Amino acid sequence: MIRVILPAHLRRLASIDGEVKLEVTGAVTQRAVLDALETAYPALRGTIRDHDTGQRRAFIRFFACEEDLSHEDLDAPLPEAVAAGTEPYLIVGAMAGG
Amino acid sequence: MTGVRVLVGTRKGAFVLSSDGTRRNWQVSGPHFAGWEIYHLKGSPADPDRLYASQSSSWSGQVVQRSDDGGASWRPVGNKFSYVGTPGTHQWYDGTPHPWEFARVWHFEPSLDDPDMVYAGVEDAGLFRSVDGGETWTELPGLRGHDTGTSWQPGAGGMCLHTIILDPVHRGRMFAAISAAGTFRSDDAGETWRPVNRGLHSEGIPDSDAEVGHCVHRIAMHPARPSVLYMQKHWDVMRSDDAGESWYEISGNLPTDFGFPIDVHAHEPETVYVVPITSDSLHYPPDGQLRVYRSRTGGGEWEPLTRGLPQQHCYVNVYRDAMAVDSLDECGVYFGTTGGQVYASADAGDSWAPIVRDLPAVLSVEVQTRS
Repeated sequence: MIRVILPAHLRRLASIDGEVKLEVTGAVTQRAVLDALETAYPALRGTIRDHDTGQRRAFIRFFACEEDLSHEDLDAPLPEAVAAGTEPYLIVGAMAGG
Repeated sequence: MTGVRVLVGTRKGAFVLSSDGTRRNWQVSGPHFAGWEIYHLKGSPADPDRLYASQSSSWSGQVVQRSDDGGASWRPVGNKFSYVGTPGTHQWYDGTPHPWEFARVWHFEPSLDDPDMVYAGVEDAGLFRSVDGGETWTELPGLRGHDTGTSWQPGAGGMCLHTIILDPVHRGRMFAAISAAGTFRSDDAGETWRPVNRGLHSEGIPDSDAEVGHCVHRIAMHPARPSVLYMQKHWDVMRSDDAGESWYEISGNLPTDFGFPIDVHAHEPETVYVVPITSDSLHYPPDGQLRVYRSRTGGGEWEPLTRGLPQQHCYVNVYRDAMAVDSLDECGVYFGTTGGQVYASADAGDSWAPIVRDLPAVLSVEVQTRS
């Protein structure tokens, strides 16, 4: 079971209370987690990745195990601790004004 | 019982303000979608409980919210706005070609008779339509694909399609206004478009009376007389008596003809409202006095409306989509400011009172009337 933590504004948008827990079949990659997340919560489509290009939105970051994975290959395996569910995959709204 | 519902979009959420027909006591609901920018929300004329809201943020892009119960509850619907084909380029601020990129929905215009049909005006300027209550969106590419499209440039606020007007008499005729391209008209329900800017004169562009390139801030129409259009341009208040074929200036005795919103009295097609703003570099009212100006002669002659509005130390702005009228017997007029006030007049502008004073900066105001 993959654990995903979302920023508060996206939790409210998708009516999510607390952490998200996702089943991911096959290789546990960032793309697989994001695909599973958007399938489970369609309201999140377009708010983390661009609809057309699939690119991460500029002010969104992906963290896990105290590492910034935002610029890593989306198809690379996530750390074992994330795949095992002992560490969460964090989707973060970058700090910015407003 | 008669009443009104005022739909307010702000920098940090949406608010719904409700009153009976006296428009003296108000219930305030919100913030809905707290923390998000709500550029616009508007109800369907065919089903007043059907509302559409444009919710966006720099972090998470565009979300579209829909209510089927007059704003009591909402749910996100489709937010995929993909330009048809290869989007191509328009001009950037420095004159270089810039790819068309979707940024946000500035304005929703629900169909006059189908609650599930709604048009969306977006930045970068394009027109989309949904026929399934906002679940899916399809571009009407004839507008963006007009021969002049590659020459359009953004205004300071981005290249936004901010005004959509549906002609209730000549069905299939519609108008769209874009900053800074100008006004466009379709006579075939949005399939094909042509610029209708003859008579506009803009000193900020190389060819001051060019076919396109004018920074039109807002246009307004009275539904009973759709051949007459009123326009607040960057500078100049303009009027057309031939459905946009030609325009002439009606700024008359206004203290400044810069501004953003313009609207028409619900029952008097010759009564028009504007909010003069000092200049394009000073986005606040002249002399710190917030004054709506009203013309009862279709423009040219204007009177300041001041009762109940701050007449000193007032340095707010009123954005283009932040003024609306109700259609009760005594026409109500409403506008919101960047200072977070929403002012209402229940007597066609003669006197004003704030409904709320301390909202986030107001981006849009719409009114629904219950007769």
